[in-house]
Amino acid sequence: MTYSFLQHYWWFIVSLLGAILVFLMFVQGANSMVRSLGWTPEGRRLVVNSTGRKWEFTFTTLVTFGGAFFASFPLFYSTSFGGAYWLWMIILFSFVLQAVSYEFQNKLGNILGPSTFQWFLVLNGILGPLLLGGAVATFFEGSNFVVEKSNILDATALTPVISHWGNASHGLDALLNPWVLVLGLAVMFLARTLGTLYIINNVDDEDIRSRASVRLVGCAVPFLLLFVAYLVHLLLKDGFAYDASGAIFIEPNKYLHNLLDQWPLLLLLLVGVVLVLWGIAVEVITTRSRFTNKGIWPAGIGTVVTVLVLLLLAGWNMTAYYPSTADLQMSLTIENSCSSEFTLRTMFWVSLLVPFVLAYIVYCWRKIDSRKLTHDEIAHDEAY
Amino acid sequence: MQNILLNIDAGTIDWSRAQFALTAIYHWLFVPLTLGLALIMGICETIYYKKLRAAESTQTVGFWKETSKFWQRLFGINFAMGVATGIILEFEFGTNWSNYSWLVGDIFGAPLAVEGIVAFFMESTFVAVMFFGWKKVSAGFHLASTWLTGIGATLSAWWILVANAWMQNPVGCEFNPDTMRNEMTSFADVALSSSAVDKFLHTVISAWIIGAVFVVAVSCWYLLKKRHTELAVKSIRIAVVVGIIAALGAAFTGHISGQDVAKTQPMKLAAMEALYNGGTDQGLTAIALVNPICQPDYANEESAPLKVEMPYFLSLMATNSIHGYVPGINDILNGYTRPDGTREPSADEKIARGKQAIAALQAYRLAKAEGASDSILTAQLSIFNENKDYFGYGYVTDKSQLVPPIGLNFWAFRTMVGVGCLLILFFGLVLMLAFKIPFFSVFTRRLLSAIGLMDEAHADVHGATRMPVWLYWAAIIMVPLAYIASESGWLVAELGRQPWTIQDMLPTWAAVSDLQAGSVALTFILFLGLFTAMLGIEISIMLKQIKKGPKES
Repeated sequence: MTYSFLQHYWWFIVSLLGAILVFLMFVQGANSMVRSLGWTPEGRRLVVNSTGRKWEFTFTTLVTFGGAFFASFPLFYSTSFGGAYWLWMIILFSFVLQAVSYEFQNKLGNILGPSTFQWFLVLNGILGPLLLGGAVATFFEGSNFVVEKSNILDATALTPVISHWGNASHGLDALLNPWVLVLGLAVMFLARTLGTLYIINNVDDEDIRSRASVRLVGCAVPFLLLFVAYLVHLLLKDGFAYDASGAIFIEPNKYLHNLLDQWPLLLLLLVGVVLVLWGIAVEVITTRSRFTNKGIWPAGIGTVVTVLVLLLLAGWNMTAYYPSTADLQMSLTIENSCSSEFTLRTMFWVSLLVPFVLAYIVYCWRKIDSRKLTHDEIAHDEAY
Repeated sequence: MQNILLNIDAGTIDWSRAQFALTAIYHWLFVPLTLGLALIMGICETIYYKKLRAAESTQTVGFWKETSKFWQRLFGINFAMGVATGIILEFEFGTNWSNYSWLVGDIFGAPLAVEGIVAFFMESTFVAVMFFGWKKVSAGFHLASTWLTGIGATLSAWWILVANAWMQNPVGCEFNPDTMRNEMTSFADVALSSSAVDKFLHTVISAWIIGAVFVVAVSCWYLLKKRHTELAVKSIRIAVVVGIIAALGAAFTGHISGQDVAKTQPMKLAAMEALYNGGTDQGLTAIALVNPICQPDYANEESAPLKVEMPYFLSLMATNSIHGYVPGINDILNGYTRPDGTREPSADEKIARGKQAIAALQAYRLAKAEGASDSILTAQLSIFNENKDYFGYGYVTDKSQLVPPIGLNFWAFRTMVGVGCLLILFFGLVLMLAFKIPFFSVFTRRLLSAIGLMDEAHADVHGATRMPVWLYWAAIIMVPLAYIASESGWLVAELGRQPWTIQDMLPTWAAVSDLQAGSVALTFILFLGLFTAMLGIEISIMLKQIKKGPKES
C-alpha cells in the first residue's frame, strides 16, 4: 500500500461515512415534520418513537465522521472547525438538543413539557441537514481561510496560530453564497423526503402514513429541483485542481472532468440517482390506500451511492477538496492535509472492522424493526 | 515566508480553557453513572436470565426482570446527557484548539476515530435493543445487548483515556521538521502505555463507585419510605459488593497512577503536595494552610504553613523507598540531580534550548526553501535534534508559567482521597450490615450498638432492612460527595498538567484557535446555560422516576 493509495482510501472512507450520514438524516427529516405528521399527542409520540429507535445511529455516524476526518486529515479538522467556528457550533448545539429531547420529552418531571423538546427535534431536523449540506458545499465553492504552518515558529507571537479565517463571521459567511444555500436546502429536503419514506415503512398508523405520503411529494419536488440545479452548476463550474508539485490551479469544468475521467463514478452516480427516483416514485405512483413501504430502501441506498460519488469528486483525481478563496495555494488536498503514512496505515487495519460493525447494525436494525411500530407498543412497552 | 500577525488576545486562551473545562466537567457528571449503572444493570439482568433458564417461579423471574428494567430506565435518563455533552468535546479539539489539532492530530486523532468505530457504534446499537427489544429478541440476545451496551461505553472510555494519557505522557511519536508536526511512530506505545492503562483502570473503577453509591442511595431511600423493600435489599447487596471492590480498586490504581505521575509529571506531583522544596525522605502532606485560589510564594517560602505530614510517606509512595528523592517546585525550576546521577536541566536552560530548537527549525525550513546544500540542512537539523525535547519550552517567556495552580491541585487531591477513604469505610460498613459475614457482621453491629449508633434490638440480626436510619441518610449524602471526589480527580489530572496541553511539548497559548475572546465567551455562556438547564431537567426526571419506582411485577 503506497502513501497515495492510503490517502485515496481514507478519502473514500470519510466520503462513505458522509454519505451514510446523509442517508441517516432521515431521522432529522422526519423530526422536522413531527408536528405536521402527528396531529395528536399520541401521533407525535409515535413519530418520535419511530425515529427514536434510530437517532443514535445518525448521531454516532456524525461523531465517527468527525473522528475519522480528524484522524485522516487533521489539517482539515483544524482549519475548518477552528475557522468556521460559528457554523459548526450551531450544528453542534442543534444535535445536543436532539440528544436529550427523545429521553426527556415524555417523562414525568420534564418541567419544560413535551412540546418544547419536540420543537427542539424540529429545530435539529431543519438546521442539521441544512447546515451540514452547506458545509459540504464549501468543498466545491471554497472557504475564506489561510493556513501557514510556519507561524508555529513565531515564538514571540502571543499565540502562534497556523490557520486563520478571513473574516469575523467564522463560517457564517458561507451562507451568503447562494449555491451553498442551494445544496444545503437540497440536503434538507432530501432528509425530509427520506423521512417520509421511513415513516411510511416504519409506523403502523394509516393517518400518519397517509400524511407522510402527501408530504413526500411536497419534499421530493423541491429536493429534485434543487439537487438537479446544484448538479448542473457543479459540473459546469470551475474547480480547484493541483499538479504533481502540489501547486493549485483553477480548471474549468473540473468536476465534470473528474466524472468522465473516473467513469465508474459516473455509472455509480446514475445508479444512485435512479435508485432515489425509484424509491420516491414507487411510493408516489401507488394509490393512497395501498402503501408499498419499500421506497426507503432504494432511496436510501441511492442516497448513499450518490453522495459518495459527489464527495469522491471533491477529493479524488488531483482535486483540492477544501479550496481557499483567500489564497488558492493554501487550499487543502488529500496530499497536503493528511496524516502520516504510519497513521493512515495503522488506521487502515482498524477500518477493516467496519464491515463487522455494519453487520451487527443491520442485524439489530432488522430485529428492532421486525414489526411496524404501533400505538399499542408505545402505550404498553418501553417507549420514549 | 508569510508571517501573519494574529491579533488574538489573551482572553481567548483563558476562555478556551474555561470552555473545555466546563464541557468536560459536565460530561463527567453523566459518564460515570453510565459506566457504573451499566455494570449493575448487567448483573441484575444476568440474575434474571439465570432464574429464567432455571425455570424458577414466575414471581421470582418477574421480580428480577422488573428490577433490571427499573435500573435500565434510570440508566436511560442519564445516558442521553452523556451523549449530548460528549459530542461537544469531540469537536471542541477542532473548534477551540486548532493548533493542537494539527500539531498532534496525527497521534491524537487515531484514538478518537477508533473510539467511534469500535465503541460508539456498539453502545448506540445495543442500547436501542436493550431499551426497546424486550419483546423483539430472545432473552439471551437481550442480555448480551445489555452487556454490550456497557462494554461499548467502557471501550469508549478506554480510547478517550488513551488520548488523554498521551496528553499527560506523550510517547510513541517524533516531531517531523518537514511536515511541522508530531507523528506517530508506535500505535502500541500510545494505546498501551503505562499511563493509559493506569488511567483507564483508575477512571473506570471510580465510575463503578458512582454507580454503586447511586444504587445504594436509591435503595436506602426506598427502605426509609418502606417501599419496594425486596428490590432495595437485593440491589444494595449487588451494589455494595461492586462498591467495596471498586473503592479498594480505586485506591490501589490511584497509588499506581501516583507513581506514574512521579516519574512522568513531577511538577504535577509537587503541585498536588504543595511541595515547594523537595529532597529525600519526604513526608506525605495530610493537610496544610494552602490558599485554594491564590498562587503561594513558593520561590521564597520553605514550605506551606501549618503542614501536617506523615513522615517518609511521600518518598515511599512515589519511589517505593522511604529515602527516595522527590523534587519540589523550586527543584524542578532550578534544576536538580536525579537519583541516577543525571541532571534535570533548570527551567531557564529548558527555555533557552527550546528557543534554540525553534530557531534551528526556522533556519532549516528557510534553508530548504532556498535550496541550501545538504551539509547546511544537516547542521541545522542537528541543532534542532539536540534541543527538540525542549521545543515546547521555547514558547515560555517566564518560568512561573510552568507552575500549575498549586492551591486548586492541593485541595482537589485531598478532596478526592478523603472522600475515597470515606467511601471505603461506608461500603465496608454497609457490607457488614447487609450480609451475614461470619464474625465481622456481628462485631460491627455490636460495636455500633455499643457506641449508640445502632438500636440494640438490631444488634443480633442482619440485613439491609435492619440498618440504622442514619446510615440510610448517609447513603443519600454519599452521592454528591462521590461526585465531588470524581470531579476532583479530573481537576488534579488536568489542572496539574497546566500550562501544557501536551506535557512538555505544547503550552496552551500555542494550542488555541484564532478566535475573538468574545466569541468563545459567548459559546461558554451558551453551554453553561444549556447544560445547566438540561442537568436540572435530568435531576427532576430522575427524582420523579425514582419516586414512581419500579412497576410491580
